[in-house]
Amino acid sequence: MEKKIRVLVAKVGLDGHDRGAKVLARFLRDSGFEVIYTGLHRTPQEVAMAAVDEDVDVVGISLHSGAHLALVPKVINYIREYGGNPDEMLILVGGVIPTDDIVELKKMGVDEVFIPGTPISEIVEFIKTKLPEKRKKNES
Amino acid sequence: MKVEELVEGLLSGNRRALARAITYVENEYPESKEIMKRIFTNTGKAHIVGLTGFPGVGKSTLVSKLTEEFRKRGKKVGIIAIDPGSPFTGGALLGDRLRLDGMDSRKPLWTDPGVFFRSMSSRGRAGGLAAKTGDVVRLLDAFGFDIILVETVGAGQSEVDIIEVADTSVVVMMPETGDEIQVNKAGILEIGDIYVVNKADLGGAEKVERWLRYMLSLDEESVQMLSQMTHADEARVASGEFFERRKGWCPPVIKTVADKGEGIAELADAIERHFKYMEETGLIEKRRKERVKRELFEIVMNDVIKLVKEKTNYRDVIAKLARNEIDPYTAADMIVEEVLKNAKER
Repeated sequence: MEKKIRVLVAKVGLDGHDRGAKVLARFLRDSGFEVIYTGLHRTPQEVAMAAVDEDVDVVGISLHSGAHLALVPKVINYIREYGGNPDEMLILVGGVIPTDDIVELKKMGVDEVFIPGTPISEIVEFIKTKLPEKRKKNES
Repeated sequence: MKVEELVEGLLSGNRRALARAITYVENEYPESKEIMKRIFTNTGKAHIVGLTGFPGVGKSTLVSKLTEEFRKRGKKVGIIAIDPGSPFTGGALLGDRLRLDGMDSRKPLWTDPGVFFRSMSSRGRAGGLAAKTGDVVRLLDAFGFDIILVETVGAGQSEVDIIEVADTSVVVMMPETGDEIQVNKAGILEIGDIYVVNKADLGGAEKVERWLRYMLSLDEESVQMLSQMTHADEARVASGEFFERRKGWCPPVIKTVADKGEGIAELADAIERHFKYMEETGLIEKRRKERVKRELFEIVMNDVIKLVKEKTNYRDVIAKLARNEIDPYTAADMIVEEVLKNAKER
């Protein structure tokens, strides 16, 4: 049996906009993924520990608060601290993110940033092609 | 990770190793058999508690408040929460974890080292559990959790597989889900060691509580009494007065308002009381024997089928069967005979 891809859809920090995250969670479900939704207002520690305990392949962080440069690297660092390996997962960010910050986030270890208006099928395609690629690279 | 690394890590309290071992077992990786072999003697210590009930009655909220309560009592809590997997796409939206919040926001459960939460998809399996639930419970048991809470898929009337995994089964209900007849139907409402009427702040909770008590009190003796009784006596039966005199375990009916934390301590008490009762009466041994018997037979069955495929010309038999030349019972006899003969020769 092919391993099911597990995705954590996470809302971090003080941001109550979860429509996008919920729609994404639903669409990923329909695309055959196993999706774990965290609900609102999670701390970086909480998201990181959920990612490790649930042994997910993809962490999708949704942010509309503008605090992405502060919170996203924290999530990545805590995953490492809790024994997880961000190099064998895809770290994705979604939300209203300025172009300059996208470059910054990618330097911090984010694999891709999806801004409003991205077709969800593009996210699905990205996960399906990039996850095996990243794993291969990590193994070698 | 290698098997040794995983097993050693798991037994020495490494969450990462536990999380990965669950993935191996859930996906039936070739290594999973070896993992289960090596951890098995470290299991059998935890109290396994199942929670089941219709979708939306508040199972996940109860699980999170119970977790907080057991943590206060110094117990380490492992949780397996199962949600349905799609029969069409194989996907699943696992939405139990998001309810994991206690009453005290200063002690978040998500990052509590004494709490481990794992979401699982049923992957299209009927019965209310995921196929590998039993083995995942064992991994949590070997890791050292005192209490393991297993939350089923939102169950219909006949999803009763939880009793094959849990020591104590809690059936969760809420007001306005039917009338007295519903409560007396076979299936899910027969399996409770403890019954919960959640959302008890909504109207009608007392009614459900009364029906449940009445349903539970109907045994041969009480029916005999009822047949000679007046209306006044019947009210006494309904109040639970006779029921409580009964020998053995009387499943308690507990009213809760999970999101407000009401009735949670009483429920935790009842769960602990039930465990003690099972230990004192030897029921726990009986239930666990039943469980391992079922598991053993399942493994043996799989091995036998494998043997049939390797050691017999079962395809020829199937072809004859499909042409209606022989009947299935004769065919089975032929296969068994051939297996017995050929298996000895190896």
